[in-house]
Amino acid sequence: MTKKTKEPKLDFTTDWAYAPAPEDTKHISLKKQYDLFINGEFVKPNSKKYFATYNPATEEKIAEVAEADEKDVDTAVKAARKAFDKWSKISAKERGKYIYRIARLIQERAREFAVIETMDGGKPIRESRDIDVPLAANHFFYYAGWTDKLEYAFPNRTPKPLGVAGQIIPWNFPLLMAAWKIAPALATGNTVVLKPAETTSLTALKLAELIRDSGLPDGVVNIITGAGRTGTAIVKHPDINKIAFTGSTDVGKMIQKAIAGTDKKLTLELGGKAANIIFEDAPIDQAVEGIVNGIFFNQGHVCCAGSRLFVQESVADVVIRKLKDRMETLIVGDPLDKNTDIGAINSKEQLSKINNYLKIGKEEGADIYQSSCSILGKGYFCKPTLFLNASQSHRVVQEEIFGPVLTVQTFRTIEEVIEKANNIPYGLSAGVWTDKGSKIFNLTSKLRAGVVWANTYNKFDPTSPFGGYKESGFGREGGLHGLMPYLKF
Amino acid sequence: MARLEVLKTYKIFIGGQFPRTESGRYYPIKNKKGEVIANICLSSRKDFRNAVVTARWAFEGWRTRSAFNRSQILYRIAEMMEGRKEQFISEIVLQGSSLKAAKEEVELSIDRTVYYAGWCDKYQALFSSVNPVASSHFNFSVPEPTGVVAIIAHEDTSLLGLVTAIAPVIAGGNTCVVLASESKPFCAITISEVFNTSDLSAGVVNILTGNSAELHTHFSTHMDVNALIYYRNDKTEIKTIEENAALNVKRIFINNKINLSSAKSQSPYFIFDVQEIKTTWHPIENIGSSKGGY
Repeated sequence: MTKKTKEPKLDFTTDWAYAPAPEDTKHISLKKQYDLFINGEFVKPNSKKYFATYNPATEEKIAEVAEADEKDVDTAVKAARKAFDKWSKISAKERGKYIYRIARLIQERAREFAVIETMDGGKPIRESRDIDVPLAANHFFYYAGWTDKLEYAFPNRTPKPLGVAGQIIPWNFPLLMAAWKIAPALATGNTVVLKPAETTSLTALKLAELIRDSGLPDGVVNIITGAGRTGTAIVKHPDINKIAFTGSTDVGKMIQKAIAGTDKKLTLELGGKAANIIFEDAPIDQAVEGIVNGIFFNQGHVCCAGSRLFVQESVADVVIRKLKDRMETLIVGDPLDKNTDIGAINSKEQLSKINNYLKIGKEEGADIYQSSCSILGKGYFCKPTLFLNASQSHRVVQEEIFGPVLTVQTFRTIEEVIEKANNIPYGLSAGVWTDKGSKIFNLTSKLRAGVVWANTYNKFDPTSPFGGYKESGFGREGGLHGLMPYLKF
Repeated sequence: MARLEVLKTYKIFIGGQFPRTESGRYYPIKNKKGEVIANICLSSRKDFRNAVVTARWAFEGWRTRSAFNRSQILYRIAEMMEGRKEQFISEIVLQGSSLKAAKEEVELSIDRTVYYAGWCDKYQALFSSVNPVASSHFNFSVPEPTGVVAIIAHEDTSLLGLVTAIAPVIAGGNTCVVLASESKPFCAITISEVFNTSDLSAGVVNILTGNSAELHTHFSTHMDVNALIYYRNDKTEIKTIEENAALNVKRIFINNKINLSSAKSQSPYFIFDVQEIKTTWHPIENIGSSKGGY
C-alpha cells in the first residue's frame, strides 16, 4: 500500500499579533512651508506657487513646497555658474573636506532623515533607517575621498569638471538618489542644480538645510522643487553642461531627445524589468528570501526590482509554495512601525497605475495570487501580488509596474532562460540563484544587464557601479566608474 | 597589342559577402579630369537593415571569442593590410592624394590596427574594478561590449578614417555597420577584402558605401542598433541622430573634433566608449570563527 505523502502546510491562524512598534516622530523638525534653496539660502519662488506634499500612509498633508518656474531655474543655474568658478579652483583637498562634512552631518541627523523619508514617501522605517539614510551618508563619505585622487582614476588623462550639472531624481529613494547625484558631482568639481520628485521633496530640502549649515560655499548646491515643468526648464536651460536623470524610460527618452544638438552631457538611469532566475540546485530557502527582497523591497518601487521570476520547472512547485508561505508572513501597513515589511505606495497615481496592471494581468490570463493580509482603509496600499503562469508576451511581463507585483514563469534549460531573460528592451539588473559557480559565471556573462546579483539581490554600495544596458540607460553611478560622467578629459 | 586592364567592380560588404546594393543604384566617382573612374554602390535602407541583421547575428560569437584570439585576428588584419599596401596607396592617389600623403595614411592605418590588436586583451584590466563593498560580498565590475555599433565614418579620408573608427569597436567585441566616405570609397572595398581574409567572422564588420544625408536617419532610428559613432561635421545630421537615438536609448558619440593623424585619435578610451560596465555581486560565506591563515 502506498502512503500518500501530504504536502506540509503551514498554519498561519494564531491569536498572537505583533504589538505596535511605532517609531517616534516627535524629535523631527519640519516647517509648514519650504522655499527654494538657491545660492546658499531659502528664497521665495518667482511663481509664488506652493504645492502640498502628503503622507501616503495617512493621506494627510505634511507641508507645502515651492514650485520653481523657468525664472527660478535660471536663478539657480546662474548661482551654480557663479559658484563653479570658485568651487572648481579651490584645492581638491579642501573640496574633499567639505564633502566629508556633509557625510558626517547626515550621520548625526540620520534618524530625523529616516523618519521624514518614511513619512513623505511611505517606505518602511526599517528600510529608510537601515538602508537609505546610511547609504546616502556613505556615498558622500566615499566620494569625498576621491577629490584629490582623480588623476589616479583615469590613466594618461587629465580630468576636468564639466561645469553646472542639472540633476533630476525620482521618488523611490529620495535622499539616497540626491546623494548619488550630488556626491560625485561635487567630488569632481562641478556645481549642482538638483530637483527632487514632487511627491518626495522633504528630505532633499532637509539636505539643503544641512548643506547650508555645513558651510559649503553658496551656490555650489542648489535644490529646487517642482514637477515636470521645473524638470523641463532644467533640461532646456542653455547654461547647463550636464544632465543626470534617474526615472522612467519614457521621460529619459524625452530628455535625450530634448538635448539633441546641444553640447550637454547626459547620464540616464532608467527603468528595468529584471529577471530573477532560480535553478533547481539553488539553496531554495535563501532563494525565496531573495525573491521576496527582490520584489517587495520598497514596495517594489525599485528600478532594479526582480520583477520577473524564472523558476526551473523541477523546483517550481516547492519554490512557489514556499514563496506563498513567506508572503503570508509579510506585514503590510504603517510605514513608521518598525515591524512593517511593506509600507505605503508612494502616491495615489502610482497606486492606480499598479491597480491598472493588476487588471491587465488578469485580463491577459495570468493567475493572480495575493497574500491574505488586510490593508488599511486609509492611505495607499497594495497587497504583495504574484502573477502565476505568466507568459513572455504578457504586458505584466514586458512592462515595468513599479509595485509589489511579481510575474512567475518557469523554464527547463539554461538556453531558454537566458533567451527569455534578455528578450526585453530593459537591461538594468538580474538575479541568479544556484550553488554551482561555473553556472553563475555562465549566466552573469550572458545576461545583458548592468548589475547581476548572484545568490543575493538588491544590494547597494557606494563603491559599486550601478547602471543599465540597452533602454535602462547609460552611464554609471557609484564607484570609480561613477566619476566619469562628471568629467571631461 | 597592349593588354587591356581588368577593372574592379566596387561592391559593398555584408555578412562576409560582397553583394551589390539591393537597390541597384550607383553613383559615379570621377577623377580630376572629370572622367568616370568607377561606379559605386549607392546603398539603401534595406542594405543597412540587412547589415544590422548580420551584425546582430555575429555579435554573440565575436564577443565570446577569447580576447587573445580577437587580438590575433586584428594583428592578422594588419598583416593583410601590409601585403596590400601598394594597392591602398594607389587607390588613395587615384582619389586625389599625393603619393607621400597616401603612403603616410596607409602606414599609419596599419600601425593603428596593430595598436588596437594589442589592446584587445588589456583594456579589461584598465577599466575593471574590484569594489570593496561594506557588506559581506565579493563585488567586481567588468566592461562588456555594447552590441551592434553603427558608424558613419570620416568623409575626408579613404582608409585612415575607417580604421580609426572600426578598430576600437571590434577590439572591444562589438560588431558594426559602417558607412564609408562617399567621395573616397575605394579603400572601403579593399579593406573589406582584407577583413574577409583575416579570420574575422562574417558579419563582424559590414561596410556600405553611399550617402550620409540619405542614410543617417536609418542608422539612428534602427531599434536593434545599440550605439552610433559619427565622425562628420554636419550639424543638422548630428541633431537628427541625437534626437532619433532617444527611440531606444542609443549611445551616441560625435567624434568630429579629432585629428585622425594625431596620436590623440587612438586610445583605449575609444574602446571604452562602446563598452557597458557590468557589476556582479556574490555573498562571501563567513562561517563561525574561521580565519585566514598565513
